[in-house]
Amino acid sequence: MTTHTSESTTAPARSAPQAGEQQRPEPAVRSRLFETMVLCRTYEEAILREYHADKGPGFDIGKGLVPGEMHLSAGQEPVAAGICSHLTTDDAVTATHRPHHLAIAHGVDLRRMTAEIFGREAGLGRGRGGHMHLFDPDTHFSCSGIIAEGFPPALGQAFAFQRRGTDRIAVAVTGEGAANQGAFHESLNLAALWKLPVVFVVEDNDWAISVPRTRSTAVASNADRAASYGMPGHRVEDNDVEAVYAVAAEAVARARAGHGPSLIEIHTVRMWGHFEGDAQGYRPELAEVPSHDPIPRYEQQLRADGVLDDARVAAIRDRAAAAVEDAVAFAKESSTPDPASATDYVFA
Amino acid sequence: MTIMEAPQATRRLTTSKAMVEAIAQEMERDPSVFYMGEDVGAYGGIFSSTTGLLETFGPQRIIDTPISETAFIGLGIGAAVEGMRPIVELMFSDFMGVCLDQIYNHMAKIHFESGGHVQVPMVLTMAAGGGYSDGAQHSQCLWGTFAHLPGMKVVVPSSPADAKGLMTAAIRDDNPVVYIFHKGVMGLPWMVKNPRTLDEVPEGEYVVPIGKARVAREGSDVTVVSLSLSVHHALDVAEKLAPQGIDVEVIDLRSLVPLDREAILTSVGKTGRLVVVDEDYLSCGVSGEVVATVAEVDPGLLVMPAQRVAVPDVPIPYAHDLEYAVLPRHDRIEKAIHAVTIR
Repeated sequence: MTTHTSESTTAPARSAPQAGEQQRPEPAVRSRLFETMVLCRTYEEAILREYHADKGPGFDIGKGLVPGEMHLSAGQEPVAAGICSHLTTDDAVTATHRPHHLAIAHGVDLRRMTAEIFGREAGLGRGRGGHMHLFDPDTHFSCSGIIAEGFPPALGQAFAFQRRGTDRIAVAVTGEGAANQGAFHESLNLAALWKLPVVFVVEDNDWAISVPRTRSTAVASNADRAASYGMPGHRVEDNDVEAVYAVAAEAVARARAGHGPSLIEIHTVRMWGHFEGDAQGYRPELAEVPSHDPIPRYEQQLRADGVLDDARVAAIRDRAAAAVEDAVAFAKESSTPDPASATDYVFA
Repeated sequence: MTIMEAPQATRRLTTSKAMVEAIAQEMERDPSVFYMGEDVGAYGGIFSSTTGLLETFGPQRIIDTPISETAFIGLGIGAAVEGMRPIVELMFSDFMGVCLDQIYNHMAKIHFESGGHVQVPMVLTMAAGGGYSDGAQHSQCLWGTFAHLPGMKVVVPSSPADAKGLMTAAIRDDNPVVYIFHKGVMGLPWMVKNPRTLDEVPEGEYVVPIGKARVAREGSDVTVVSLSLSVHHALDVAEKLAPQGIDVEVIDLRSLVPLDREAILTSVGKTGRLVVVDEDYLSCGVSGEVVATVAEVDPGLLVMPAQRVAVPDVPIPYAHDLEYAVLPRHDRIEKAIHAVTIR
């Protein structure tokens, strides 16, 4: 596990977790991190199955029970598990066009989320939103399909929490491609200026659709950009869930204590295409991708450390499968919205 | 929302003071209301939209922002989602280009995308309009663009009383409301102004319901449908033409979303003649929508083809004479009225 920390001169001093020095979380926490990752992956595998079940003949993106663009998060589970472990459902999370793992880790109701992805009336948005537009006021979770544009609303949620004198925080998540967008920079500047309780998270999966980060920015680590705005920045290498967990603990505590925002970049992996149907011909390392799967790696580590064994792993996988299949069944049984209601909900 | 029925004491205020009074009264009433934008604090708003509010409410509620419209408009959205009632100022409507994504993809769509589960009770104020040689990037109205995009109400007051009543209604509305004030209606001492920018305004809480047009002048010969500053111009022309035996009815739309189509149809049903005056661009906008409203319901209502007086699809020029050639000013309005009333 390695982390790099960049500090601005104006940020309070803090000690960075160093390679090898990191204290392991409690076994119960480690097991929970693993279980969250498994649940996220099990969910994406189920959506993958349902999405492709009826796209043929050939591949018609608008066809089937789950139509439209589908951006799945396999490989990025360490981000969701590591960050959201420190949150309650009173905290806000704004996610991206690839939101499922974050929604699941934050505790969004699986049934209503799945019904939304299936475009059903029982969905979070009654079938008006779709998989890029999941809004759950119960857990203060939302997404934006527009790159980096989920950051500004997170500032507002943090602002409201701050003004009410609570220690609630907002977590704003985006990809490394979004770090080159204006909304990213405006938001970091404003959050630091007003010491808003925000944790900014960049999921660096190396690819902005087909363009690698090396062709998007001359900056080696987006965590370095934090210094420009007077906030701490951390980069977590290796998609290491426990490193994410450790770094997020500090950033969340800092925000809750009223000391302002932090920026965390996690080098993660996009195991599947940008969207389903993406052949990824632009990706020279494609054959190696399965070997970077963070879940078997973490399972192996936890088995070696005696946290998990066959029975525990089986129980975790069974619980995940049961929850996911229950949600999928709920979605399929839910009614489709009445076309006569297509113009409803524009205004309150 | 209650409409104030009882007659209220009034006094004469400029439009800007009436607008500020509504904000102040709502801030007194509701601690979740705050005002945020560029130069809204010590300066009091470049076009006097917040004069004196900092002194009364302090910097925690009258908040100067960095020049980061995407960030602070988005901040307003998030705060509204969490139950606050932000009023966020975009200094010029022309600046929508730097932050439109937050406005039309977020502020205006969250309620819909959430199936009605999440509300965004926010007011987005902005100055608009030309007439003082501010050039092509600081003189546009663009209200038709906001009105075209679903999910936000759009109000466009012309009078001091409406500026107050519509602001109160906008703050209390559970939807995002874009509140567009033409610089020329504010009654600013440093800009040419119409005498109508100083008028009677109710003293207490005052609500003008959003979506109801106002008959600014009753008349029987021709209907002029207009909004914002152009209403003042239309009233000037109506007064000039009255002695010539042309009785002009002026409809002040007051809001574009919702659009009071009934008021348009009622008036045109009475006069049979229609002139639309709009300081926004001509094509694919408000003026066409008003004409379409009549054409779709009953083109037979019109005894003469409708006339539209708008900016003829050209950026607003800088030189005074060029600018006044494209703005919908008195000369062009008068000509259009004559064109539909020739006998």
